[in-house]
Amino acid sequence: MKVLMKSLLGACALAGFSLSAYAETLTIATVNNGDMIRMQKLTDDFTAKNPDIKLNWVTLEENTLRQKVTTDIATKGGQFDVLTIGTYEVPIWGKKGWLVPLDNLGADYDVDDLLPAIRSGLTVDGKLFAAPFYGESSMVMYRKDLMDKAGLKMPDAPTWTFIKEAADKMTDKAAGVYGICLRGKAGWGENMAFLSATANSFGARWFDEKWNAQFNTPEWKATLDYYVPLMKADGPPGASSNGFNENLALFNDGKCGMWIDATVAASFVSDPKQSKVADKVGFALAPDNGLGKRGNWLWAWSLAIPAGSKKTADAEKFVSWATSKHYTEVVAGKEGWANVPPGTRTSLYKNADYLKAAPFAQMTLDSIDAADPTHPTVKPVPYTGVQFVAIPEFQGIATNVGQQFSAALAGTETVDAALAAAQASTESAMKKAGYVK
Amino acid sequence: MALQQTVGKRVGMTALAWIVGFLIFFPILWTFLTSFKSELDAFSLPPKFLFFHWTTENYAEVQSRSDYFSFAWNSIILSVGANLVGLIVGVPAAWSMAFAPTKRTKDLLLWMLSTKMMPGVGVFAAVYFIFQYLGLLDNRIGIGFLLFMANLPILIWMLYTYFKEIPVDILEAARMDGASLVNEIIYVLTPMAIPGIASTLLLCIILSWNEAFWTLNLTTSHAAPLTAFIASYSSPEGLFWAKLSAASTLAIAPILVLGWFCQKQLVRGLTFGAVK
Amino acid sequence: MATQQTTTAGRLLVAPSVILLFLWMIVPLVMTIYFSTLHFILTDPDSRSFIGLQNYIDFLSDPDFLGALRNTLVLVGSVLVISVVGGTLVALLMDQQIYGQSIVRLMVIAPFFVMPTVSALIWKNMLMNPVSGLFAWLAQSVGLTPIDWFTNAPMLSVILIVSWQWLPFASLIMLTALQSLDEEQKEAAALDGVGAIPFFFYIVLPHIARAMTVVILIETIFLLSVFAEIYVTTNGGPSTTNIPFLVYELAQHSYDVGGASAGGIVAVVLANIVAFFLVRVVGKNLEN
Repeated sequence: MKVLMKSLLGACALAGFSLSAYAETLTIATVNNGDMIRMQKLTDDFTAKNPDIKLNWVTLEENTLRQKVTTDIATKGGQFDVLTIGTYEVPIWGKKGWLVPLDNLGADYDVDDLLPAIRSGLTVDGKLFAAPFYGESSMVMYRKDLMDKAGLKMPDAPTWTFIKEAADKMTDKAAGVYGICLRGKAGWGENMAFLSATANSFGARWFDEKWNAQFNTPEWKATLDYYVPLMKADGPPGASSNGFNENLALFNDGKCGMWIDATVAASFVSDPKQSKVADKVGFALAPDNGLGKRGNWLWAWSLAIPAGSKKTADAEKFVSWATSKHYTEVVAGKEGWANVPPGTRTSLYKNADYLKAAPFAQMTLDSIDAADPTHPTVKPVPYTGVQFVAIPEFQGIATNVGQQFSAALAGTETVDAALAAAQASTESAMKKAGYVK
Repeated sequence: MALQQTVGKRVGMTALAWIVGFLIFFPILWTFLTSFKSELDAFSLPPKFLFFHWTTENYAEVQSRSDYFSFAWNSIILSVGANLVGLIVGVPAAWSMAFAPTKRTKDLLLWMLSTKMMPGVGVFAAVYFIFQYLGLLDNRIGIGFLLFMANLPILIWMLYTYFKEIPVDILEAARMDGASLVNEIIYVLTPMAIPGIASTLLLCIILSWNEAFWTLNLTTSHAAPLTAFIASYSSPEGLFWAKLSAASTLAIAPILVLGWFCQKQLVRGLTFGAVK
Repeated sequence: MATQQTTTAGRLLVAPSVILLFLWMIVPLVMTIYFSTLHFILTDPDSRSFIGLQNYIDFLSDPDFLGALRNTLVLVGSVLVISVVGGTLVALLMDQQIYGQSIVRLMVIAPFFVMPTVSALIWKNMLMNPVSGLFAWLAQSVGLTPIDWFTNAPMLSVILIVSWQWLPFASLIMLTALQSLDEEQKEAAALDGVGAIPFFFYIVLPHIARAMTVVILIETIFLLSVFAEIYVTTNGGPSTTNIPFLVYELAQHSYDVGGASAGGIVAVVLANIVAFFLVRVVGKNLEN
């Protein structure tokens, strides 16, 4: 017993002191989404060219990753050399000087090839602070067979009125088919991503030019008065706890007529290994209300380097490799064109091989082009970001609001009460943060 | 007749116990089965219980993606190490509170327990800064120390209740014989207390094994245990049930096997055999 | 009773634990109290400033606070009742002479080995999902409408999941206690013709009372800080947000260190109040 204890303690001590042996290693924090997982398997291509750099991956679920990375960078912890962050963080952190501007991505990197909407979301004061790894917008995915059965034809750019009509006609609860599946699970990146983008197309906005919360406006009421009854009539049971994955499972199991969500889902729903309805899926732009804005968002998982990293040069080499045209070719060669990370480069959408392998490519590109993070709403706003507001306080505020809206969907609260509560909590948070005097 | 009745009762009780046991165990069994399904089968209705295309592709995928053994090794080192140290510190304390109680013993016990009442997330910033200052982030000693401290009150409590059950007259007899304190502990107390210590240790190892807040937030890779391994399989974009089930099965397996081997010890706990 | 020598030795033996725990408690606590008086947003370190008790005022006057307090108590209370009563029953059952006892025992303990996040994910998606979950399928196959668990009974769903995790712990401790009951005592009672129910209340229950106290106290501590199950299933909301979740939202959505610290301190105070009453009720079992 004693010996065992001693040896265990010894092992602990050794483990502690051997930390300093890793000098040439880049620690990369990344999300556990499919494209990043694929990248981890393809790093031989990078390490063969850079034998002096070792890569150490920390792969985590999105929310856990965000908390860890944010804590680390805010306390200057220095645990990571490359961060995977989204279009929400980049403008805020770039402005604070927490990220290294990416000026040395290499001669053949071709920054101008990046999609303009994505690039502008990652640029602060003319400097690129993160390189996009993959980009996404949102769009309508629908079942062609159910659409035919309902005697309707999905236009390329539907209106919300049409969506409601189609959902009503497709719903067949006895057969377990629900006309529309939408996010309802509370969270700033869950239901609020969908609802904020949708609200944009209804003419609503989060804040007016003086940072006053706008949940008491008729536009927000119209948004929820559309969303809640629609989901009650045509949505699946339990919608208030459905997020991206829950809806994906429902759609792939043939339970949904339409689903409005991230463009990246297109490759999942049309993959016969995952989806029972792979050959029956059609795509359309996110709906609008004729006000000039569509209800689609914009997001790009991007690689950035924290200021204060001692390995900036090596890190930049890696970032450049992972987001280059060359990497696209590596993936295409090993895993096929359909698995290439989408939504970052113009050249990809001119590539005939890619267009052939990915039937959803054009719709993805059109959706991304239709989003404008610098002018997201019908009325003017003081913020950037389509389905979020790029201020540090947004996560907390939107999570609260998301819970209220989720409760309204569940029916435990009325739409009016949810809006009033959202207004009150947002007002007080903005006052506390000093935006509104 | 009496015998028949007993057998009948025994069969009935057995049936009931098996049903209850099976129901409680079912979610885990379901996870295990799901880990051998394709992602599509994992979600199909009506559910496929045994007749599906069995595949080990999820396990292959999990192992090719992350080095399971490195995470599992950290889990073992951290949970076993932390609680062995816990025993070294905790056994004497529990002994003294059980056999040499003072007026303040009860308050002391409750105070110890109260140190566990702060939700981790409330003190997170403070602990994070301390760890950062001492260079203990992502360090096995740091996180091991934390797990040790986090379990110490529970460990002392459980030991205390076990020790309380040991008949005092035996100890007093030993004292009469002039046994020194040290001898008393080693030769008289320990043999009687081994089952209690073993089950305490096992329970505390399980608690450390499943501790997910601190282990996730204070480690990145070198010291990351299985909770971090799981966090890389939960909720990605895309279907993940079969893969998560495989990862979960792998994460539960070592502790389940340990539980299997130790369960005699575990439930013996308070039965002091010949002593009674 | 105790001699001077043992008392001194006793103090010496207790000292390391007490000193370590005291340091472990006091350093983070003092830092947290200090942080709780600051306007301190982690993502905005430049704005750090002293604001006195404002964080406490904000936390206590948060409209969600009372709901969270109620949810916390409901969750702790319900799970305690279910796991202690259920755990005792299961332990009594396992204590009978049954075939394959060790396998049944292992099946019963197993849920305790599952990490909270994982068990919440399994329950939410594979069992309780109203469209594709197993419960929904069972309900449909007998002609019932599936229950929409997280919409119509979010708190009950969380309680079920948490109870599933803690019932094994209670059963295990109770079983350990039961097995130390004298066989002779059982036989004597059987000979005297004592019925099963009086036997339980007059002999078994007093015997396992201390084990029950330990279960209740230890479970209370863990249940007061239940978090992963809520995070995974409903992600909070008026009917499931408890105090730790409220603090979590401050700490890791708003990165409001000041507010989260104040919430943490409030949570400690509340937890100690709960513990105080709990000890009043069950604590007398701690003495002989």
